[in-house]
Amino acid sequence: MTNSVERFVDPGLPEHVHRKADFDERAAKRAERQVAILFLLSAASTVLTIYSYVGISPKKEVFLPLLGTQQVNNLGIGVGLALSLFFIGLGAIHWAKTLMDDTEVIAERHEFRSSDEDRKEFVETIKERAGTAQLGRRSLIKRSLGAALGLIGLSPLVLLRDLGPLPKKELETTNWAKDTYLVSDPQGRRIKASDLEVGAVAQVLPELPEGTERSLENIGKDAVLLIRIRPEEFNLDAERLSWTHEGIIAFSKICSHMGCAVALYEQQTKHLLCPCHQSTFDVTRAAKVIFGPAARPLPQLAIGVDAEGYLIAKQGFTEPVGPSFWERNSA
Amino acid sequence: MKRLSHMRRHKFAAPALIAAALITVGSAFSMASALPTVQHQQTSSGSTIVDEGKQIFLKGCSSCHGLNAEGSGIAPSLIGVGAAAVDFQVGTGRMPMADMSQQAMRKRPIYDAQQTAALAAYVASLAPGPKVVDPTSINWERDGNVADGGTLFRTNCAMCHNFAAQGGALTNGKYAPTLMGVEPKYIYEAMITGPQSMPKFSDTTLTPKDKADIIAWIQAADKEPATGGASLGRVGPVTEGLLVWTLGLGILIGVAVWLAMKAR
Repeated sequence: MTNSVERFVDPGLPEHVHRKADFDERAAKRAERQVAILFLLSAASTVLTIYSYVGISPKKEVFLPLLGTQQVNNLGIGVGLALSLFFIGLGAIHWAKTLMDDTEVIAERHEFRSSDEDRKEFVETIKERAGTAQLGRRSLIKRSLGAALGLIGLSPLVLLRDLGPLPKKELETTNWAKDTYLVSDPQGRRIKASDLEVGAVAQVLPELPEGTERSLENIGKDAVLLIRIRPEEFNLDAERLSWTHEGIIAFSKICSHMGCAVALYEQQTKHLLCPCHQSTFDVTRAAKVIFGPAARPLPQLAIGVDAEGYLIAKQGFTEPVGPSFWERNSA
Repeated sequence: MKRLSHMRRHKFAAPALIAAALITVGSAFSMASALPTVQHQQTSSGSTIVDEGKQIFLKGCSSCHGLNAEGSGIAPSLIGVGAAAVDFQVGTGRMPMADMSQQAMRKRPIYDAQQTAALAAYVASLAPGPKVVDPTSINWERDGNVADGGTLFRTNCAMCHNFAAQGGALTNGKYAPTLMGVEPKYIYEAMITGPQSMPKFSDTTLTPKDKADIIAWIQAADKEPATGGASLGRVGPVTEGLLVWTLGLGILIGVAVWLAMKAR
């Protein structure tokens, strides 16, 4: 047994198999009829489209199983238009497959480089035309053209500025500060601690100074969820416990994972769920993550009451709310 | 007789007999177990409605909620939940539960209106709580603002009940039910009592006017015609995506296979 391998021979093209329509005139006739029928179906569909638009009242409705109640003329226009295009394609391909020439053709590959002769001729032509255009003599035109072309290249570069400006402190600050009143979202009413029963929740926003418009960007950072449970159910350290008020605890509603609004609150289990990726936070343990991809608890807002019993923030958030970002200090 | 003994040896005889026996025993059992619950509770004419409620409670509810409605490991205390909670849970058929599943679901009520009222009166006598809502007092048709209700719904309700009030999943098999076809009275009672996983939305945080707005929006969403044909459950990309990825892509693959097929 030697190690030499038999030389692999180019098998060439497989033998061409003729289609039935190539040698059987009856089959060819049949294929021709099939193609014609497909094209005529397309034509009929176009007629249906036009008739649906012109002839059927938009008020007419029909109930179809699976599709529900449909406007008849809309359905006719849509189905007619789709079928008229579809059958043209179907007919063309059936034509190509059954009747058009199908003998295999070999396309040889060529070198990409042009012949030396062609290249030389190209250079000569350019030089000659540049001479007749007086490009060498009219230097004013040459330079101003250069300036115009150069500046045009600058405009896409300038547009890159739209990637900025940098958010600066925007990601780390909210409108919550010491003594900001909690107001209900969307009604904008101040909330008393006594307004919340045990088991109640309220969606709140910071009260903005008179005349300030609340923007969506602000709501996206400021949204807070108030939850009241029985105080003895808390399992918090002394500092976090002092941030609550008679069983009322406040968390940022912006998920620390991807920034969705975490507001699915299960009153019996005291779990807060994020609808996007199912991160689950335990309200009794300062929104500790007990399930899901979130890496941090939801930031807790320190709350208290003013002299009249209205809920206020005792300080702003002590950490940036929402998902991680590059410059965020803590993990 | 000979014919019967011949049939006995038929190969389907044993499976058929087993099926017949199972159906007989099963239907007899279900009839027997359904009987006591639909029986009307007999009450003496001198007893008050609270006493009547207590009798129903002891028979139908106390095995889970405790003899004095104090609750147990498997069921919460009912002291202070109020008549509204009873009216909601019993009136929508959620209580008594059919089995110990994660969540009581809406079904045909087991107690009639009078028995429900008696139960509610008994539970309300234990401790003060929200009262049964009078459906005529809500007046959502007159006072409810659909646009405001939509804003309130999206902020307070949509995260669990879905943006089109179709309901949605929670954890461990629990779910927020669809609000389609729910009577305004029960929507109101659910908001003030916070049944099961749902938190409370008391009249101080969502005023009766706010609640009328929300109810008006839900009713409007319920009546929203589906002009585009099948609404696919109105849950957005989930069912729509499923349809496109299976049916739509299936058709495209079929066409692609046909395109590449050589004609004979």
